[in-house]
Amino acid sequence: MNALDLARWQFGITTVYHFLFVPLTIGSATLVAIMQTAWYRTGDEKWLKATKFFGKLLLINFAIGVVTGIVQEFQFGMAWSDYSRFVGDIFGAPLAVEGLASFFLESTFLGLWIFGWDRLPRGLHLATIWCVAAGTMLSAYFILAANSFMQHPVGYIFNPVTKRAELVDFGKVLFQNTTYTTFFHVIASAFLVSGVMVVGVSLWLMMRDQSADAMRKTLKLGVIATIISGMAVMYTGDVQAKIMVAQQPMKMAAAEAVYETGENVPFSLVTVGSLDGSESYWSLDIPGLTSFLATGSWTGPDSTVQGINDLQAQYEQKFGPGEYAPYVPLVFWAFRAMIGLGVLGILFALFAAWITRKGRTPDAPLVKIAAAVAFLFPLIGISAGWIFTEMGRQPWIVFGLMKTSDGVSPTLTTTQALISIVTFTLLYGVLAVIEFGLIIRAVKIGPPETVELAELGDADSGRPLTFSY
Amino acid sequence: MSWETLQIIWFVLIAVLWIGYFVLEGFDFGVGVLLPVVAKNEAERRTVLTTLGPVWDGNEVWLLVAGGATFAAFPEWYATLFSGFYLALLVILCALIVRGVGFEYRSKRSSMVWRRNWDAAITVSSFLPALLWGVAFANIAKGTPLELDANGNSQYIGTFWDLLSPYTLLGGLTTLFLFVTHGAVFLALKTDGDIRTRSNKIASQSGLVAAVLAVAFGLWTQLSYSQNAISWLPLAIAVLSWVAALAANRFGREGFAFLFSAITQGSVVIFLFCALYPYVMPSSIQPAASLTITNASSTQYTLTVMTWVAVFLTPLVLCYQAWSYWVFRKRLHPDQIADPSHGSLDLPHEVSV
Repeated sequence: MNALDLARWQFGITTVYHFLFVPLTIGSATLVAIMQTAWYRTGDEKWLKATKFFGKLLLINFAIGVVTGIVQEFQFGMAWSDYSRFVGDIFGAPLAVEGLASFFLESTFLGLWIFGWDRLPRGLHLATIWCVAAGTMLSAYFILAANSFMQHPVGYIFNPVTKRAELVDFGKVLFQNTTYTTFFHVIASAFLVSGVMVVGVSLWLMMRDQSADAMRKTLKLGVIATIISGMAVMYTGDVQAKIMVAQQPMKMAAAEAVYETGENVPFSLVTVGSLDGSESYWSLDIPGLTSFLATGSWTGPDSTVQGINDLQAQYEQKFGPGEYAPYVPLVFWAFRAMIGLGVLGILFALFAAWITRKGRTPDAPLVKIAAAVAFLFPLIGISAGWIFTEMGRQPWIVFGLMKTSDGVSPTLTTTQALISIVTFTLLYGVLAVIEFGLIIRAVKIGPPETVELAELGDADSGRPLTFSY
Repeated sequence: MSWETLQIIWFVLIAVLWIGYFVLEGFDFGVGVLLPVVAKNEAERRTVLTTLGPVWDGNEVWLLVAGGATFAAFPEWYATLFSGFYLALLVILCALIVRGVGFEYRSKRSSMVWRRNWDAAITVSSFLPALLWGVAFANIAKGTPLELDANGNSQYIGTFWDLLSPYTLLGGLTTLFLFVTHGAVFLALKTDGDIRTRSNKIASQSGLVAAVLAVAFGLWTQLSYSQNAISWLPLAIAVLSWVAALAANRFGREGFAFLFSAITQGSVVIFLFCALYPYVMPSSIQPAASLTITNASSTQYTLTVMTWVAVFLTPLVLCYQAWSYWVFRKRLHPDQIADPSHGSLDLPHEVSV
């Protein structure tokens, strides 16, 4: 492997890892804010227990999400300096705005929320967790605007003198349809995985008879969140698919392994084919579904989906000789994993709602196992979605503008890249073990039996703190 | 506004972000390094860490925004610097990762092995960036081996070891001791009891070491590498303010000690940026490869957009961050840590020691 391959693997590993924690924190921050709001408005202690408990899980995840995010801010310059030079004029702006508008917001107010239980009036304290939630979503918006520029560059011109892409319309970068559909898709999927997590954890604790009353309430909240977000994920995904067909037809062709342009193109649920994906021996197809996903029409000329071979020929004409198709088997399967695992998450939430209906509590050991692992399905589904959309864009780092191989730092040596990828992988691996250990502990302990709330001002009178490091 | 003016504004704004970072995370680093020295038992260790609890994350964001703003305003600087200092930044990144997780996880379990390991991790991961930021800035001030490549881009052609020289290590020790003293002054301000007394004493001692190092580093920088005579001014302010900080510390006026210490941290950044202007990364071997605020900057349009963003958001950020410091303004006493050996994620069968 050369420095380029290692840099790509490193970006993939660090980013996928970072994004295991991000959706969980985005969704959970809002769900915890909803729980605390319910407590604030009803005074029902069950909601307070739920807030404290899911808040604890949120914080364990947040810690890793925050620290692995630092790497993201730095590694464009470290490993992708030519990319940074080429698009810095455009790409740097949303990153800087993200820091200024949202990182400060979420970190400052998270500190206030964690340590402010006995220092802030209840209404104000509630506002802090809503600020955190808002911060996480703002952050998602700006970073997705940056990513959307890579998928579909707009609002720029190419300056032939400096050989750089230059920003001419920041509004277009922030508000192009790729950005906001991606944003809604990502936010919805964050709520999906967080909803399933809340359902699973609540169900598991109900089955152990730990704070069952409170957990029944949070289970319902989780189910509602999952169903609403599940529908939103499907709808936004559908809108995105059609935008993708217009903007990156090659990605859609690869997602479906459509080699020849045609009408009424089927969607294969499962395919057995040659390793390079160009030949299929056996597949289970739904007629016309690919056409429908891509164009909105099942049959007829409107349902035409461009094939990889046609697109390859077009791109060769436009961009010169080269390989313009991504690695099809990976994109094909990542696309299916994304959809399938997301659907499994939704089904689990519906199943949990059914077996707990009218005050019932299931006791089958299998249900308990399912409750414990269910969140992994949508979580891995999200990773698959990112792998699909990023690998599906290859060979481009910025679609149509710059190839990934041209973006890597020219100064990056194989040794450096090897040192950093090994370091990050080991460090992230150890952190995963530690964090997962703590999550398991927190879930086993469950919500507190009783919650004592100090009166406002107690912390300042020298009484013990409600929370300390 | 003209492009030239905007470039100067953004050079100043990047400096402001680094000032925020040195002033705020500077004491975080100091507190982390001092943890084993200043706290003698569990209640004290937790008190020390809790002084940082509500604020460390917000402090660190100054770095992220400094990085992001450099990317947006001076992409060539961001690209050359970050790819050039690759392994040094890797060390800093790993340290920042471990530190942040350490703060959050350390007291979750009662196991002393668990806590001791995190304590060691926090100390080491506070020490390394405190040292390496000084090394990094000294390298920038001194000039690094930058060369134009075939595409006309400035590239760092040295190795990791080339970043280490007597001058740059002096820079590293300077920031290390400045931050350690700043941390001690902060602890003296934010705690009560033995920690306060110890911190006060440590601040006097490390403050003197820092003074010697900083004067040596300041003079070396000014006489050998500074582009401008004006940088004498922030250097003088840094020194005078440091004298005031140490005097205030001697007389137990912790608020003033912290204020003056903060002015020194900020003045050091101003000094370095004044010494650098109009360069952002001078080359030690090929003048044409030097990056300046002109040839490293983004376009006038981008700088204009970013200026508007900064004008609207920065005051807001300063307001709520200042408010959070106000909320947590009271001193902490180890007695306020209820049941210090207890971990909130102890399983029922784990008896706290």
